[in-house]
Amino acid sequence: MSTATTDTAFAQGAFTPRPGAAPLPRMIRAQALLETRMLLRNGEQLLLTVVIPALLLVLFSAVDIVDTGAGRSVDFLTPGILALAVLSTAFTGQAIATGFERRYGVLKRLGASPLPRWALMTAKTCSVLVTEALQVVLLTLIALALGWSPHGDPLAIVLLLLLGTAAFSGLGLLMAGTLKAEATLAAANLVFLLLLVGGGVIVPLDKFSGGVQDVLRLLPVSALSDGLRDVLQHGAGMPWGDLGILAVWAVVGLAAAGRWFRWE
Amino acid sequence: MRIEPAVEVTGLVKRYGTRTAVDGMDLTVPRGSVTAVLGPNGAGKTTTVEVCEGYRRPDGGSVRVLGLDPVTQGAELRPRIGVMLQSGGVYPGARAAEMLRHAATLYADPVAPELLIGRLGLEACGRTPYRRLSGGQQQRLALAMAVVGRPELVFLDEPTAGLDPQARHATWDLVRELRADGVTVVLTTHYMDEAEQLADNVVIIDRGRAIAEGTPEELCRGGAENTLRFTGRPGLDVASLLNALPADALAAELTPGNYRIEGKIDPQLLATVTSWCAQHGVLPDRLSVERRTLEDVFLELTGKELRA
Ligand SMILES: Nc1ncnc2c1ncn2[C@@H]1O[C@H](COP(=O)(O)OP(=O)(O)OP(=O)(O)O)[C@@H](O)[C@H]1O
Ligand SMILES: [Mg+2]
Repeated sequence: MSTATTDTAFAQGAFTPRPGAAPLPRMIRAQALLETRMLLRNGEQLLLTVVIPALLLVLFSAVDIVDTGAGRSVDFLTPGILALAVLSTAFTGQAIATGFERRYGVLKRLGASPLPRWALMTAKTCSVLVTEALQVVLLTLIALALGWSPHGDPLAIVLLLLLGTAAFSGLGLLMAGTLKAEATLAAANLVFLLLLVGGGVIVPLDKFSGGVQDVLRLLPVSALSDGLRDVLQHGAGMPWGDLGILAVWAVVGLAAAGRWFRWE
Repeated sequence: MRIEPAVEVTGLVKRYGTRTAVDGMDLTVPRGSVTAVLGPNGAGKTTTVEVCEGYRRPDGGSVRVLGLDPVTQGAELRPRIGVMLQSGGVYPGARAAEMLRHAATLYADPVAPELLIGRLGLEACGRTPYRRLSGGQQQRLALAMAVVGRPELVFLDEPTAGLDPQARHATWDLVRELRADGVTVVLTTHYMDEAEQLADNVVIIDRGRAIAEGTPEELCRGGAENTLRFTGRPGLDVASLLNALPADALAAELTPGNYRIEGKIDPQLLATVTSWCAQHGVLPDRLSVERRTLEDVFLELTGKELRA
């Protein structure tokens, strides 16, 4: 393909116009790999997506800090921690990273490249999914070492994780595309903390009073952790109710992000 | 047949809320040329360029870039243009070489990134994350990213702002090379010498519209501001000298023995002055011709007060 580019000096004609976009799959793959590298290279992101979930899992399984009901605590905790992992990557991490990319003109500059915007978003999604896969493998290994015995239909788990990712991505991108980067940073971390406590991740929702509980059950992270728990801990079939809640969040979040996202 | 210009902007209007940033701009960039856009801070340079790049929708007027509408035909246009923003555009954590290589993978037939890295003196910081590059290194990386895709047309928004002299010359050489290879270049700048050195075509804009346009020579020649000075014996007959000169020229003895002639200083006028001196037995000493610089023209046109 490129013949004139192997010389070490700039021969006459080095810049002779030969414009053209690379094939789409090549662009998307390169972009997804770059995004993933950026994420894995970022210390704070790793803290959020890897260290915190792993630490919480180990800590709360080993020490009886919260009463997790009947059964072993690792069986209760692991589904919640998996939900937290999805939250940390698809929502918090993605919102913060995208917010700063917007602020630093990265999204703007990519907008002048041959990479279409939908392809950029596809690449971002791929990078989130790759990260989540790494998180799930790591957390599963830790949980198994702690004596976790999972049940249930893997298809239901995959479906829950994907819908959860879609719901959190929509909300995270909505935040990143409308607020200032610093505001996104603060808000995304705050939401992460609040949902960690009030989203049925490590504290069972029935610890809250009736009215509050009913509201909390509608949160996406509650639906995800509840659905994962039903399947993984209790071996239930398709958790349609939780999938429904996640689907509504996903549609609303992604539609709102599509409507209000500003690229610069 | 008319060769379509690379960029054709007519009557462009662009508002941000109630503020009108561009107000009836006309701009024509011939293919294969280097066009420099000059103007005070806030004159509307970036806004005009960003409309051409497809970032902003015009509120009035028409814009054609490579024969396309940048807003509705952006997908077709983008692979054919190169863009250097006034600032930013790179992941803070991305390494310089990594980012340039990534930019290259988005194009079908890019220039080898390593060549650009060497050429722009970025070898030593290829593994440095963008946020830790110096301002000048960040500028050079952005420049490399703008040209790596072998575009037909590049927009460079203040490509040499904050560069040291070496880096500035490397940038100038690159722009000249782009031009020699048939690439059309539109650049904005605050440096008059840059425009004089590089541009085939200079457009001076102020308050959102183009107020002067031409080659650097044309712009400097305009008006009657050029000056010829010489020293000689005090008390020469200035009236006689004036008689010999064209009607619109002025002559005066500023201080004893120091003479100044103002007018259209061309070879003809110079010959007239020296032959008048010969006839009067005067050896004109320290004879000098002072042409207006682009900076003189710029300040004359845009005034000397600071812009908001
Ligand atoms: N995003 C924006 N929102 C609101 N006003 C803007 C925006 N961008 C530019 N302006 C205003 O539009 C005017 C033109 O700005 P522009 O950036 O085009 O100027 P410029 O000629 O590039 O200036 P400089 O030499 O300082 O880069 C300025 O008054 C500026 O304040
Ligand atoms: Mg500007």
